[in-house]
Amino acid sequence: MPKVKLPRKSVSLDMTAMCDVAFLLLSFFMLTTTFKPEEPITVDTPSSVSEIPMPEKDNVLISIGKNGEIFYGLDGPESRVRVLERVAKKYRIPLTKQQKEQFSILSAHGVPIAQLPSFLDMAVADRAKAKKTGIPCDTNVVKNEFRDWIIATIGEGRKLHYIIKGDGASSYETVKWVIATMQESNINRFNLITSLERKENQ
Amino acid sequence: MAEIEQGGGKKKTSTKVDMTPMVDLGFLLITFFMLTTTMSKPKTMEINMPAKIDKKVKTVPVKESYTLTLLLDKDNTVYWYRGMLGVDKPLSDLTKTNFSKTGIRKTLLELKKEIGGKVNSKTGKNEWNIVVIIKPTKRAKYRNMVDILDEMNICDIQKYAIVDVTLADDTYLVNYLEKSK
Repeated sequence: MPKVKLPRKSVSLDMTAMCDVAFLLLSFFMLTTTFKPEEPITVDTPSSVSEIPMPEKDNVLISIGKNGEIFYGLDGPESRVRVLERVAKKYRIPLTKQQKEQFSILSAHGVPIAQLPSFLDMAVADRAKAKKTGIPCDTNVVKNEFRDWIIATIGEGRKLHYIIKGDGASSYETVKWVIATMQESNINRFNLITSLERKENQ
Repeated sequence: MAEIEQGGGKKKTSTKVDMTPMVDLGFLLITFFMLTTTMSKPKTMEINMPAKIDKKVKTVPVKESYTLTLLLDKDNTVYWYRGMLGVDKPLSDLTKTNFSKTGIRKTLLELKKEIGGKVNSKTGKNEWNIVVIIKPTKRAKYRNMVDILDEMNICDIQKYAIVDVTLADDTYLVNYLEKSK
């Protein structure tokens, strides 16, 4: 019986097409990606069926931790420095240029103003270990530092979105104080960050 | 003249380049960006608090029978009563419920239908008469507040307000809890 000769096929494939696809996807992800801003604490947000997306920019993010710690974050490094200068001026706290620079790259902070200079002097890695007390906010106490941060923020003049990112397990009282403090400054519109919940059938 | 043989003796090098390492690298980077990217933006819930009371603004009185008060208490419990706590008893007794589908949502939907409303001729949407007063107590968690606002969205209740708990509400609740023991 004559043997059927099969042509030998090369095992090496042409990878060019695959390479094209890989780099197309790569460029897509590189362009769409936005890195998560560093968060000082993990906040477990409650869920809701609301589908309003968070505003893209000009945000003032107020995070509230499980135990009621308040963190303040603002968009834009230049704005951050200006706000910091206003608050520091009120409390007569001298800040070096380096400290201001450090503050401008901080996405959120939550230390009492008196401890802020030493906090800014810390190495970035040490900050995570530092005790997180949050910004003092108590309507009963005369020194409501959170109010000063808000007043300094309003001084920026531009339209800002006030976003509250609260932990579901935090007490309602804390959130009430935060909202009440901002209402004192005539801020009445808030966005509450919630994680998406599947809409159940009614 | 001797001709110079170009490439003589040497093997002809192929123009094809082995793409495999490049593909590897490409997919490695894709994996990295896919894992670090945050595609979905966080969702938010908008809330408008009433501005500081201005005496010039006219307020419209609401019928007592239209109001429903919710007291948010600890451990995800909700107490509700209809009407007003005044000299007389409120229109209904305090009822204990929770945030489940068959809990407060059922009550809200039932009462919404019972109290009724009218259809807005312009937008064609239902305008319900019910006014819900949300009173989170000190024992309530932030989650409870978000949950109840969510229920307002789900049940399509347009008129609601978050109000501080009054002393009368607190004593009413305490009395109820003691009685039910």
